[in-house]
Amino acid sequence: MKPFQYIRPTRLKDAIEAVASNPNARYIAGGTNLIDLMKRGIVSPEKLVDINGLPLKKIEKKTGFLRIGALALNSEVAQHRLVLENHPLLAQALNAGASGQLRNMATVGGNILQRTRCPYFYDPVFPCNKRKPGTGCGALEGINRTHAIFGLSENDPAQSCIAVHPSDFCVALSALDATVLVVGTKGERRIAFGDFHRLPGNSPDLDANLEKDELILAVEIPDAVFTKHVHYLKIRDRASYAFALVSVAAALDLENNRIKAARLALGGVAHKPWRLFEAEKALVGQPVSETTFQKAAELAMPSAKAFAHNAYKLKLVPNAIVQALKSAAALV
Amino acid sequence: MFNAKLPEPSLDRVDGRLKVTGTATYSAEYPLENLAHAVLVTSTIAKGRITGLDFKLAESVPGVLAVISHLNSPGVPGYPPVKQPAERAPIGTALRVFYDDFVYFSGQPVAVVVAQTLEQARHAASLAQVNYQTEKHQTDFEANVSKAAVALSVQRNKTSPFQDYDRGNPDAIKTADVKLESTYVFPTQHHQPLEPHAIIAVWETDDKLTIYDKNQGVKSAQGNLASAFKLPRENVQVNSPFIGGAFGSGIRVWPHTIAAVLAAKKVKRPVKLVLGRELMQMSVGSRPFTVQKIAIGASSDGKLTAITHEGIGQTSTYEEHLERTILATRAMYACPNVSTRYRLLNLDVNTPTWMRGPGDATGMFALESALDEMAHELKIDPLEFRIRNHADTDPERNLPWSAKTLKECYRTGAERFGWDKRTSEPRSMQANGLLVGYGMASSLYGFHRHPSKAKAVMRTDGSVVMQSATMDIGPGTGTAMTQIAAKMLGVSPNKIRFDLGDSSLPDAPGQNGSATITSVGSAVHVACEALKKKLLTLAAAMPNSPLANSRFEDITAKTGRIFPTANPSASISYADILKYHQLPQVEVTEESKPGPERDQYSMYSFGCHFVEVQVNPLTDEVRVSRVVTCADVGKIINYKTARSQSIGGIVGGIGMALMEESVMDHRFGRYINTDFAGYHIPVHADIPQIEVYYVDQPDVYVNPIGSKGLGEIAIVGVAAAVANAVFHATGKRVRQLPITVDKLV
Ligand SMILES: Cc1cc2nc3c(=O)[nH]c(=O)nc-3n(C[C@H](O)[C@H](O)[C@H](O)COP(=O)(O)OP(=O)(O)OC[C@H]3O[C@@H](n4cnc5c(N)ncnc54)[C@H](O)[C@@H]3O)c2cc1C
Repeated sequence: MKPFQYIRPTRLKDAIEAVASNPNARYIAGGTNLIDLMKRGIVSPEKLVDINGLPLKKIEKKTGFLRIGALALNSEVAQHRLVLENHPLLAQALNAGASGQLRNMATVGGNILQRTRCPYFYDPVFPCNKRKPGTGCGALEGINRTHAIFGLSENDPAQSCIAVHPSDFCVALSALDATVLVVGTKGERRIAFGDFHRLPGNSPDLDANLEKDELILAVEIPDAVFTKHVHYLKIRDRASYAFALVSVAAALDLENNRIKAARLALGGVAHKPWRLFEAEKALVGQPVSETTFQKAAELAMPSAKAFAHNAYKLKLVPNAIVQALKSAAALV
Repeated sequence: MFNAKLPEPSLDRVDGRLKVTGTATYSAEYPLENLAHAVLVTSTIAKGRITGLDFKLAESVPGVLAVISHLNSPGVPGYPPVKQPAERAPIGTALRVFYDDFVYFSGQPVAVVVAQTLEQARHAASLAQVNYQTEKHQTDFEANVSKAAVALSVQRNKTSPFQDYDRGNPDAIKTADVKLESTYVFPTQHHQPLEPHAIIAVWETDDKLTIYDKNQGVKSAQGNLASAFKLPRENVQVNSPFIGGAFGSGIRVWPHTIAAVLAAKKVKRPVKLVLGRELMQMSVGSRPFTVQKIAIGASSDGKLTAITHEGIGQTSTYEEHLERTILATRAMYACPNVSTRYRLLNLDVNTPTWMRGPGDATGMFALESALDEMAHELKIDPLEFRIRNHADTDPERNLPWSAKTLKECYRTGAERFGWDKRTSEPRSMQANGLLVGYGMASSLYGFHRHPSKAKAVMRTDGSVVMQSATMDIGPGTGTAMTQIAAKMLGVSPNKIRFDLGDSSLPDAPGQNGSATITSVGSAVHVACEALKKKLLTLAAAMPNSPLANSRFEDITAKTGRIFPTANPSASISYADILKYHQLPQVEVTEESKPGPERDQYSMYSFGCHFVEVQVNPLTDEVRVSRVVTCADVGKIINYKTARSQSIGGIVGGIGMALMEESVMDHRFGRYINTDFAGYHIPVHADIPQIEVYYVDQPDVYVNPIGSKGLGEIAIVGVAAAVANAVFHATGKRVRQLPITVDKLV
């Protein structure tokens, strides 16, 4: 690890300025991802701006939405009454991630901005366009069992990236149409969750549409009807404490055994949380049944493309969608 | 006879309190003065030569004391001089550290940075520039399998057990009523103990070395370092009283140990070196990638008629690692015609090493899967099939077993598990919308016993000190030994101290091959017996001694006193014996070793595992929901520590079956999953209730205490039992571990 400076400002303005004024400065929150990356020599900031002194921990109900401060801990959010009452899907997704110890350190902002777990990204010996643009994608013709099947770039292969976004929380945020509230030297702005993370395109080194100095203040989740029939399904290589091979955030609003509204998003399949708008549309108005779910699941797949080791996802994804919807609808 | 509960008080771990309160000192934790920190620089290529080293940047980091490579190493006197021109090491050469410019695998130490602080050393190591001339490496087993051959060491040794073996008619397989042939693939796995390998090396003087080191054998580490550095054995002191797990990774002295000793020599200060998790995967050995082909023939009434078992294990280009892969097949079942072949494939990887249940865990995965496949084919219950082919005597050596109650194990296991509720068809059992599968497998492990010494000291206050250079890598050695001593001497366990993990203590084998209880336990037993005899003689010499004419067989020892068994009230305390004779202490050192019994009996531990899995029919996620295990390992010394061993073995077996795999990208010859986020071992949520049963009858032929090893048999067969349960649940036979979702979808 390279030597670095460390500051812990207590005013928002100071934090933003500290990062804006030094091209190699970074915010640090829980540190559960950033420190690992620094130890491995994947990122080497000259200056760490610890934001834990800023008042960004609040979880509060506002008119029309729930606001969760960027420094609220993953474990706090997962247990919070307002979250459990209004958006239980978020709690399920958070509890499916990492371990109790990590969730006690990890923050909302850090979770959203955590980097991919692609093994080629994590070892500087391998080529990786995300770590070092232009070096190639190690996974493309390497071992890609955990990699993306959606949203792949059609560009020059030397530029592409097939890594997936690792967050569980973000899959649920995507399904619930959250908004990210950020602030930078140019002021505050709100970013729709679907526009927050990026597909790899020509610059796989960038995960999010965020200016370097911009700080996440909060996420806002609009009031929704999905309080009862929700399920976060996470398929992984062991029962707990593993990143998703495939995950599904499913939320249904049911009336008389018919679907009034539906939300579906996938994790572990793309460079960003993967929302299934078409499948959602197909569910609305349909009776709750395995056939309905299967039809919707099929709609998710046409754009999928597999590599040498992840073809199983083509079959696992629709099955997982059906399973998640069944669990959400309590259909055994 | 079988015991689910603890039948007799089992001593709590004597060091349990130290461990759970964090006061046990592990190798990296000795607070030595003037300690410097070392970080390895390791190769990024799998094969080639170092063409240039640029350490200018690294050396400019504040606090850096030295950067050592083959160019400026103080040298290991035990290595031969480098040939001119330099040559690749011939097969049979342990990796020579900082010796020449050859690279044999990715992750090989090529330099070590020593600095005042760990952070400085890490930073400097990241700045060390190493240039290579890359040669085309071969790490891909499948692509190279045609080059597999009989190991050179086997070619040279006609009596090697790894010679081609044929019993009966090698062609019998061709005419079997029913014949099956399958190939089983076992991936590379790493030991991954939670405590990483760590060493502090201290040169006390120019020719006296002390190390605080994580290893499994202080005596072998001592011997190895003494010959490497050409020192008298007694000038090398190895301290390893606490080990945070090892599973075999600590049997050898690995390059980082030598690197630390060289670094300490160079900077003339104590040097600490702790491997990071990635080097735990790249530089300390593994369970080898192994491919096995088994052909199995049976009569239609369910008798095995022929088995051929061929195993090919991966090894490095510079050493041959052989393990028991195919050997269990010769002894496990009564089958007249058995052939085995064992081959090695040299690849540009680090040399594999022994890992819990070495060879047998791998071989029994294949054999016990194959048996299950045959039982299914014959439509015979898999347990019944095994009982029908039970070997009443050792079919390989034509000898009686020293003891074997495997049928009892089968019966108890089946009963406790509820095996009779199994319906034979795959996918025929369900619960809560999940597919349910029942699977079982047999288990065996050879009996190992080595010469071992122990010293027993009685002190004036009636307390006892026992010493032996044995180890405790987790099973609770000190606890079991204390119990053996307490029983023989009739002294309360809390008055006994057992010292281990120190190379200055009496000779004992390292902790491996499930041989500690059998070897060291026997030594403790005979040492305490000798001490008791000596004390009896001293007691008999006291005036008016009630023990004056007592024979050893006629006395009893209890609560620190000895007395004629027939007259308990006429007792003398050990303390009084010493006091009377004005002795500060009475001590004996005894050795116990195996005798001719090994030629008269065939000695194994046996057991079996029963496993229930639940599989989601849509998503194919597998969870083990129940395990019952039963083993015959002779006399159980301590039920609590034994049970922990069995549970640990099952947990390891579940990991082996469902998740453990070191994945290599062969384009780079380098592992890609070198952290715990990528190399999965079971977490609590993966482990169900595990029921453990033992036969608990002494095996009277093996040693004076009647106990056999438990460490390895606990894991052998578990992966097959899981795989067999998965087949029963899903109808899918997975022959390549681990059984992950992608293989079932
Ligand atoms: C072993 C392990 C297993 C894990 N398993 C899972 C899992 O199964 N599922 C899952 O979803 N996650 C998992 N995680 C990831 C974990 O959720 C993240 O590490 C955590 O959420 C990051 O939060 P943090 O506060 O520690 O972020 P940090 O490490 O502090 O920061 C991460 C990044 O976010 C930036 N950042 C942080 N806060 C802000 C802000 N307010 N504004 C702008 N930028 C900011 C930092 O600059 C940095 O680039 C795992 C992590 C580990 C180590």
